Amino acid sequence: MTTQSLTIGNILQRYGIFIALAVVCIVLAVISQNFLSTRNILNVLRQTSINGILAIGMTFVILTRGIDLSVGSVVAFAGIVAASFATTASTGMVAGGPYPTLLAIAVGLAVGMSCGAVSGLIVARFQVPAFVATLGMLSAARGMTLIYSGGRPIPALTEEFRWIGTGSIWGIPVPIFLLLGTFAVAHFVLTQTRFGRHIYAVGGNPHAAKVSGLPVKRIRFTVYVIAGALAGLAGMILSARTGSALPQAGIAYELDAIAAVVIGGTSLAGGVGRVTGTLIGALLIGVMNNGLDLMGVESYYQQVIKGILIVAAVMLDRSKNKQD
Amino acid sequence: MTPILEVEGLAKSFSGVPALIDGSFRLEAGSVHALCGGNGAGKSTFLKIIMGLHHRDAGSVRLNGREVSFANPSDALHNGIAIVEQELSPVPAMSVAENIYMGREPLRSFGRIDFQMLNRQTQDLLDGFSFAIRANDLMMDLTVAQTQLVEIAKALSYDAEVIILDEPTSALGEAEADHLFEAIATLKAKGKGIIYVSHRLSEIFAIADHYTVFRDGRFVQNGAIDAIDKEQLIQLIVGRPLSEEFIKENTPSDKIALRVHGLAARRGVSDLSFDLHEGEILGLYGLMGSGRTEVLERLFGLSHEPGGRIEINGSEACIAGPKDAIAAGIALVTEDRKQTGLVLSASVRDNLCLSSLGALSVAGYMRRNREAEQAANMTSLLKIKTASDALMVENLSGGNQQKVVLGKWLMTAPKVLLLDEPTRGVDVGAKREIYRVMSDFARAGGAVIMVSSETEEILGMADRVIVLRNGRNVGELERAALSAEVLLHLAA
Repeated sequence: MTTQSLTIGNILQRYGIFIALAVVCIVLAVISQNFLSTRNILNVLRQTSINGILAIGMTFVILTRGIDLSVGSVVAFAGIVAASFATTASTGMVAGGPYPTLLAIAVGLAVGMSCGAVSGLIVARFQVPAFVATLGMLSAARGMTLIYSGGRPIPALTEEFRWIGTGSIWGIPVPIFLLLGTFAVAHFVLTQTRFGRHIYAVGGNPHAAKVSGLPVKRIRFTVYVIAGALAGLAGMILSARTGSALPQAGIAYELDAIAAVVIGGTSLAGGVGRVTGTLIGALLIGVMNNGLDLMGVESYYQQVIKGILIVAAVMLDRSKNKQD
Repeated sequence: MTPILEVEGLAKSFSGVPALIDGSFRLEAGSVHALCGGNGAGKSTFLKIIMGLHHRDAGSVRLNGREVSFANPSDALHNGIAIVEQELSPVPAMSVAENIYMGREPLRSFGRIDFQMLNRQTQDLLDGFSFAIRANDLMMDLTVAQTQLVEIAKALSYDAEVIILDEPTSALGEAEADHLFEAIATLKAKGKGIIYVSHRLSEIFAIADHYTVFRDGRFVQNGAIDAIDKEQLIQLIVGRPLSEEFIKENTPSDKIALRVHGLAARRGVSDLSFDLHEGEILGLYGLMGSGRTEVLERLFGLSHEPGGRIEINGSEACIAGPKDAIAAGIALVTEDRKQTGLVLSASVRDNLCLSSLGALSVAGYMRRNREAEQAANMTSLLKIKTASDALMVENLSGGNQQKVVLGKWLMTAPKVLLLDEPTRGVDVGAKREIYRVMSDFARAGGAVIMVSSETEEILGMADRVIVLRNGRNVGELERAALSAEVLLHLAA
């Protein structure tokens, strides 16, 4: 039996990610006087919002021992389809636009959820490994994006639609609200609801979950739909921010999302993790990128540093698990 | 006679918590020495230190009079100490021979493996101990019992002087276990020293020459097995006198709780019919592979062979999956708590509540107070020893883990409790608790079907026994007619 005392090791174990974020912030604040400016902070948060939302969806999937490699492609697909309903340009994909913004948003979410549903069905019903099923979706969704758009961007989105990405409430950008809202709902679902308990149980031990009478297949299916819906949301934020939807948007976004989840302490083996960790993980990546920018570090070096960060976070996780 | 292995004053703490305080042991060549103790007595730590998995804080280990300290299990192995672990770790897609001689395969030129030679020497080894396994069989095609024999053969292949068997019979039926005991006798005759760890006391009395008891991390007593009886040994292990091993205060009523007619299940179970009464404990006895587990799985909806009728309280139950079974008032404590019973990464409380989430939530929202309350009830009812119910269940001892599984199912308020090997790998104290819970459950009108490989457990707890052989009911015995001989005779 182990006793849970507040040793330094335990504090590091539980709050290591928070401490890491705080340390990085303090260092950046000392090095660069711009870092702590309101404008820069809002900028970091806004830049983090898309990866943060994707990573929250990814957390659901990874908690059930799965993975969703397709979110980057779904970002582009949902972004393009939603944009085609919200453009003033007469590109001819959807005649008679622009349609009401709410309809465009509903369509974007529906596209994301449909992609998730297909992946989820293949994983849950046909028992195809998540890596393979979503690798397939990664390719297929990108292809459908190109087919749908003819490989061309969709420009001239309505002001109303663009508000999702560029608007602000009380001086705070809308994407930040969307990120925090997504986080709050996800946190509530995972900690307070029956479905949340189901997710942890399925990830922790699917056999035991089945024997305990849990609808394992339905749970597996649902997490991919959630990840798809959030990828749809992220895709719309992205195209709204840039003002036009690009078919090549979101390439490799799944990797940053997975990185945020892993840095946030969620186990790829499933059953263990918190969405709080994921949020902090996404912020850590965002702050690092921003800080390295401020310090004038080239983006090539930034990628190397991010790589080291991901592996170091997991190594730390391993070493604490192997204490005895 | 000088001992091969002599251990004195071994001690080890983990982050300040002592796991072993004074581990002492003396093993002589050509003997079987039982290492006894409850869960948490320090046996595992003791063995892990000897095998080089942990570094000791204090104490000495002498092998053939020479002070040794192994860096890792492979170091120990090459110095003549082998362990057959409780949890097996074969490479499933490789053959028996490849598993046994992994890393030391006979080679031909250019580093090619000499498979002919490999298979021949493996077959000789297996035949030498009359294990009925072929050297080129794949591990994944073997039964659990055969896998265990391969692990034992692997230890033997190193020509070890000291062989540690940690709960070797936990997955074996009686016939296979007898086979193992013969193998042990052969080893003994060849002058090997065997450390035998088992919770099954009857086995210890059947095969051991000496015993050593650990309790709370300390050496308590050792001696010749002939000089002690079972009661005394239990008392040494538990540290207090136990009036009786089994607790049985239920009486079967006439009311039928579950009626099974013409049931089919996997492993060739067919045309099985029986009634289960309220307040009754029905034993389901048979060798490994006789279909006993499969019957429980079929009743619980984990398999769906067509044919047969299941009636609960007089009306036919249609059970498509565990969810239906739970709704119909059936609960199943599976054979393997780590594989199918527990979510090891989750807390004691979450595990206890796992099958009752519907009842503990309103419109999908968890009522955390009720969860905490119900979990606390179960923790005290079953006397689960844990610092807090927020602790990960992985950190609990085997006996307490088993109680958590039992608690999870009792929380669903079942009418029919299916128990598959309910006390496997559980220490004497926790066993008694589990018997008490079974007895109380039946006394309150519940019905129990218990599958067990332990004849004594069946004799001690069952009101009636159905013996299965090759999926068929080959005999039904009332409690008065029960004896170990009759059961074995029918089953084999």
